[in-house]
Amino acid sequence: MSLPPFRSLPLLLAGLVAMGSVLAAAPPPSPVVDPQDIQVPKPPFTEGIFPCTSCHDPKTMPANTKRRPLEGMHADIELRHGPESRWCLDCHDAGNRDRLHLVGGEKIEFTASYLLCGQCHGDKLRDWRVGVHGKRTGMWNGPKLYLLCVSCHNPHSPRFKPLKPMPPPVPPDQIRARRTRP
Amino acid sequence: MSNESSRPKRMTSRGLKPAGTRRQFLGGTLAAVAGALVTGCGKEGMEEFLQHNFRELSKDELNQVIARLEKEAERTYGKKIRIGNEPPMQGVIYGYALDLSRCIGCRRCVHACVKENNPSRDPQIQWIRVLQMEKEKGVDLEAADAYYNPEEVPQEGHFYMPVQCQQCKNPPCVKVCPVGATWKEPDGITVIDYNWCIGCRYCMAACPYGARHFNWGEPTLPTEDVNPETHYLGNRPRPKGVVEKCTFCIQRTRKGLYPACVEICPTGSRKFGNLADPKSEIRYILENKRVFVFKGELNTQPKFFYFYGV
Repeated sequence: MSLPPFRSLPLLLAGLVAMGSVLAAAPPPSPVVDPQDIQVPKPPFTEGIFPCTSCHDPKTMPANTKRRPLEGMHADIELRHGPESRWCLDCHDAGNRDRLHLVGGEKIEFTASYLLCGQCHGDKLRDWRVGVHGKRTGMWNGPKLYLLCVSCHNPHSPRFKPLKPMPPPVPPDQIRARRTRP
Repeated sequence: MSNESSRPKRMTSRGLKPAGTRRQFLGGTLAAVAGALVTGCGKEGMEEFLQHNFRELSKDELNQVIARLEKEAERTYGKKIRIGNEPPMQGVIYGYALDLSRCIGCRRCVHACVKENNPSRDPQIQWIRVLQMEKEKGVDLEAADAYYNPEEVPQEGHFYMPVQCQQCKNPPCVKVCPVGATWKEPDGITVIDYNWCIGCRYCMAACPYGARHFNWGEPTLPTEDVNPETHYLGNRPRPKGVVEKCTFCIQRTRKGLYPACVEICPTGSRKFGNLADPKSEIRYILENKRVFVFKGELNTQPKFFYFYGV
């Protein structure tokens, strides 16, 4: 005995909803590399500055979340990165200074700072993950060290700094062949 | 590819001209006289004179040759030197990519290469040449300058194009060598047997990239600058009168390491990997970035690619 159409419709709908939820639950192909696979060097902290909580202890130094120019400590940091309105606590976490936070509030280690950079520079993060942007050292067929974004780009002033070139080659007219070993 | 299969058997066994016989004949009394006369020295000089092409050496012969060369090198440079002969890896074809949008022309690669590969310091030999070019003109060799030396790089309005051996799939240098002293290995690296090279420099004339360099003088290499980790076909100390060139740091890459120029590059412009591995960085670049080869119209088919990362 078949069910009349009006009685099968809710079943059909329920089935569709169930199917939809299964589809939604299936993870999309994730571009996130297992953090185990990414070996990064120590972030380039100023000597003796980390852990930040050695000064920024929430008990002795409660966070001042008012946007202001810094005086005394950290006054040497010139922030030249993004809009004028950007300041420290957009990236550094007020609750735990040994962490950074993503725009959604998720706290991350300094060694995972590439996730923070990738929020705006998604194309660079994509290229970094596949080894095109940035630098890898180690083995071409084995373990590699991935330099962090901040290893080359100072996060407070990210433009890559010019370098003094190493000496040019000797021009041909100044090269003399020697007959014997000196 | 195994050590054995990578090297053709002795020519005699392939039914070609029995070069072995000629050499064996020389190996008799006549050779003893000729060897001593030509080289002007004793047993070692004669052994060197009678040495076969690298590809014709049996395992035992190669070990003897290497032991002799290591002894000679230690005597010359006052330092123990290891001469390896790591064979090519199976299923590996090396490829290189250089990001022209990132290179700033700092020449760190040139000097890291010199440190790694034991070229003569005086007369100076460098395997990498960085060309400064004008952005307005693009890749134009007439407007290229290799001797730039400003306070800071990059210079406004310029880009930088490092040139080294392009490890061609169709290498003109190999084609012209009259004695078979240079050849392409199964992993794609063109190598030179410095003990077989006669110094005719045909290969230098044939190379459209200026990648080959000749030891016009007795090479000088201070003891403290010698890199003791070497390969027979790569960075072992060279004598006067032979040609040399970039080997993608064969002594490093055949052990899985990146070439020295990749390790040093402060901008991460240099990429290296296995062209035969679809998951390698190098394949990602070839499939997703704007890539070109230098002087592609010559059909040399380089395995050194230039690309624009941004």
